[in-house]
Amino acid sequence: MNTPFSEELRRTPLYDLHVALGAKMVPFAGYEMPVQYPAGILKEHLHTRAQAGLFDVSHMGQRFLIGPDHATTARALEAMTPGEFQSLGQGRQRYSLLLNDDGGIVDDMMATRPLSPDEDGELFLVVNAGRKSVDDDFIRARLPANVRFVLAEDRALLALQGPAAEAALARHCPYAAQLSFMAGIKTTFDGVPCHVSRSGYTGEDGYEISVPAEEAEDVAKALLAEPEVLPIGLGARDSLRLEAGLCLYGHDIDETISPTEAGLTWAIGKRRKTTRDFPGAARILFELLEGPKRKRVGIRPADKAPAREGAEIVDQNGKRIGVVTSGGFGPSAGAPVAMGYVDASHAADGTNIGLMVRGTARPAQVVPMPFVPHRYKRSTTGL
Amino acid sequence: MSEVRYTDQHEWIRIADGIGTVGISKYAAEQLGDVVYVELPAPGRKLNSGGEAAVVESVKAASEVYAPAAGEVTENNPALEGEPATVNADPEGAGWFFRLKLSAPGDLTKLMTKDQYTEFLKGL
Repeated sequence: MNTPFSEELRRTPLYDLHVALGAKMVPFAGYEMPVQYPAGILKEHLHTRAQAGLFDVSHMGQRFLIGPDHATTARALEAMTPGEFQSLGQGRQRYSLLLNDDGGIVDDMMATRPLSPDEDGELFLVVNAGRKSVDDDFIRARLPANVRFVLAEDRALLALQGPAAEAALARHCPYAAQLSFMAGIKTTFDGVPCHVSRSGYTGEDGYEISVPAEEAEDVAKALLAEPEVLPIGLGARDSLRLEAGLCLYGHDIDETISPTEAGLTWAIGKRRKTTRDFPGAARILFELLEGPKRKRVGIRPADKAPAREGAEIVDQNGKRIGVVTSGGFGPSAGAPVAMGYVDASHAADGTNIGLMVRGTARPAQVVPMPFVPHRYKRSTTGL
Repeated sequence: MSEVRYTDQHEWIRIADGIGTVGISKYAAEQLGDVVYVELPAPGRKLNSGGEAAVVESVKAASEVYAPAAGEVTENNPALEGEPATVNADPEGAGWFFRLKLSAPGDLTKLMTKDQYTEFLKGL
């Protein structure tokens, strides 16, 4: 029976493969996604940090901005973000934020400028699955007439993450080894045209590979056949990004939170701070100068009990000073880890705080992030 | 002889000499995934049948463990503090949570036998 309220879950092109691999499938952002495979979240997490993990991130939104030249398209994107895109190099990728007029974060995303001069004027965007429809309306409403917005719904997106990702991918896509962190290019994987960028969301070196939907299963199977590679579900994706200190949209950032509060000020271009021409610039530049009222911080519980999203943060006197936005056990940290927002007066590293877990304030400390050092490949001789 | 009973919340209780040993079923341990933390009731604590007794946390989530029967906690499993993964390795043996002196042993007749629980799982 169909009711108007029943939500039809979508499937990625790798759905059958996930099921064949024994994944536990769960609803996530409107998709049926693998939360874990038979190895389990703990092993999947540790394997990714030790070797390489393959993630299906096809639920994420792949989009193109297409304008007459790079300057026009870059300016169009700059009208919605605090990023510097005009000077973005060819074949380079940048993390950015869609901002509303109050400086709140509508979404976080990646944007890549093509390497080929023939394609200049395009920007390839990857946005969060759960924000696709909001983002699409937001972007369309702000684009000038000469920049088109094109959805690439016929593509899958795979992430290969971990210290062995380069070796495994280079066997099928030799050019991948030439890329440095945050470079992206069109190339081929065993002859299949694809877009490969050296990026990801685990804190490890790794890649994101965009392929035509009908080729996705073959590409995934070829990578899984490599001895270093295991399939990794959303459970480990979450614990990996938490240890890396990276924000999950809808949890650590949302439309009420500014980049300054979230500690994402590095996503604000230097020129943009002077030109003050991005949405919410008044609030954000004021917060940059005066400091925001609340700040996102890393948190280490003193004992072994994890504090989960929603746990209240209290000061030494039991007064509420904030809330945990992501929290759990960090398999590589070997301990519980969390992040959350606290009043700026309690945001200094080393501040002793309490976390309300099951009615008791448990001791914890504000600590720097990431919890596990990033291992990005920032410099090679290539791109 | 000891007798094992199961709840519809996937706890088991094994009775010997009026003392019940409590843990979570193999099914529950598999559903939870890797257990990383267990919070156990202190000896002396009085538990109501069906009341909150312990908390088990996997990488992903925290879950309550309920007392299958009323009684007073006599001891809890010290091995779980250092090695919470014991719950996954041997959920219905070395991964036990706590023991309690039953105040109303008659409570147990409401619980499922092993065969009944196996049937119950098939319906989930």
